Amino acid sequence: MTNEIKKQYTMLLGQYLQYQTERNLYLGQNFSRRLVQKDITPEEVISIHKDSLAEIYEGSEEFTDGMKNALDFLTEFMIQYGLALREHKILLKNQEEMDHELELAANVQKTMLKTTIPTIDGLSIGSISVPARKMNGDYIYYQGDSKRFVGVGVADVVGKGIPAALCMSMVKNGLDTLGQPSISPSYAMDVLNRIVEKTDNMFISMFYGRYDVVQSTFTYCSAGHEPALLYRAKDGKFIELESEGLLLGVLPDVHNQERSVQLAKGDMVIIMTDGVTECRVDDRFLEKSELTDLIFKHKDKIPQQLAEAIFHEIEKLSQFQNLADDLTFVVLKKEDD
Amino acid sequence: MSESFVEILTEWDIVEARQLGRNEAKRIGFGAVDQARITTAISELARNIYLYADKGRILIETIDMSGTKGIKIVAQDEGPGIEDIRLVMQDGYSTSQGLGAGLPGVRRLMDEFDIQTTVNEGTIVRIIKWLR
Repeated sequence: MTNEIKKQYTMLLGQYLQYQTERNLYLGQNFSRRLVQKDITPEEVISIHKDSLAEIYEGSEEFTDGMKNALDFLTEFMIQYGLALREHKILLKNQEEMDHELELAANVQKTMLKTTIPTIDGLSIGSISVPARKMNGDYIYYQGDSKRFVGVGVADVVGKGIPAALCMSMVKNGLDTLGQPSISPSYAMDVLNRIVEKTDNMFISMFYGRYDVVQSTFTYCSAGHEPALLYRAKDGKFIELESEGLLLGVLPDVHNQERSVQLAKGDMVIIMTDGVTECRVDDRFLEKSELTDLIFKHKDKIPQQLAEAIFHEIEKLSQFQNLADDLTFVVLKKEDD
Repeated sequence: MSESFVEILTEWDIVEARQLGRNEAKRIGFGAVDQARITTAISELARNIYLYADKGRILIETIDMSGTKGIKIVAQDEGPGIEDIRLVMQDGYSTSQGLGAGLPGVRRLMDEFDIQTTVNEGTIVRIIKWLR
């Protein structure tokens, strides 16, 4: 193989030495592409070059010993470059493998954290959750008894990427263990706090709400989470559902207060993570009023379409830049009187 | 089989080890590029001794296995040893620290590579290149 390469190189170089045309340079460059593909190292190329020159100038004095020595020097010089190149190739391959592994992990995460939107008369639900990187550090948890209660939790691990994503199964397992939609939001939060607090340096902001179809009340509790929005259909106004709870995982014995609001027909509760409010629009954050304007604009869509529409609007506003943070948006809408 | 060695105490001993290796490689019949590769591998190992172990030696011998000739280099020191071999054998570790090709580079330049190291006792690296 090396002999074949040497022969071709000698021919191409010989042609160029005779006629310095663009065509001959082009042919040479095409040939170099093949050498790169075949993993011929830079030092080998110089050695081939030297041999070719020796052949081309055979019998003449033009290819001097000085030139030969200079090429030997260059060969020595290029060995480190050859090593760097090979290392670079290996690192690229490693990265491909890691990307692939991450892809698999993201799929496992999806399967593990799978949660289905409960169906219940009188309330419709829609949501979207988009990770900034491969794995999502935001999480939506649903539970419902199909008769009276629906529970919705939205959690956001401080940090993003793989560590954040790994942490999420803790939240799911905690809520699964509590396992009943009728559970009081503040109690659920207290239990989760104890679980999260046991792990070092892991903090989660979370909003948990429970809707009671019979009484039309939405009871909620927040642990350092982005305030949810309540849209009042009657007057078209938005109210922030504030709650001053501490992040989960900061202190062991925290009791988070819960509050309730009464929902009327067409009212919506919108729960989100800071990926929504902290999305960048021309070097500044998205403003609350801009967000409520967007929601108002799409308010007549069904919740799922509303959630997707808001995401697309935000994508557009941030000019399709990569998301700075995982972004989650949940819409609950009271449909009946 | 011929065997010779160079004590590595100063930076100029690295040059001597290189010279010895190149002469030996040339004598065995290695081409110019392989000579440069073998010399580079010796250079890296000798530099490691000079930089991290203060004192050690490079042994160079011609070997012959059922007619196939080769060159074997043994770098031996009584230095601090390597705590995490896997780390220093990782691609990108040495280059990212600005230390050049490092041990993964040495392994790639040669056909065979073996390392033994004990913390606080020293390190032995054996490398071989066969003449094809």
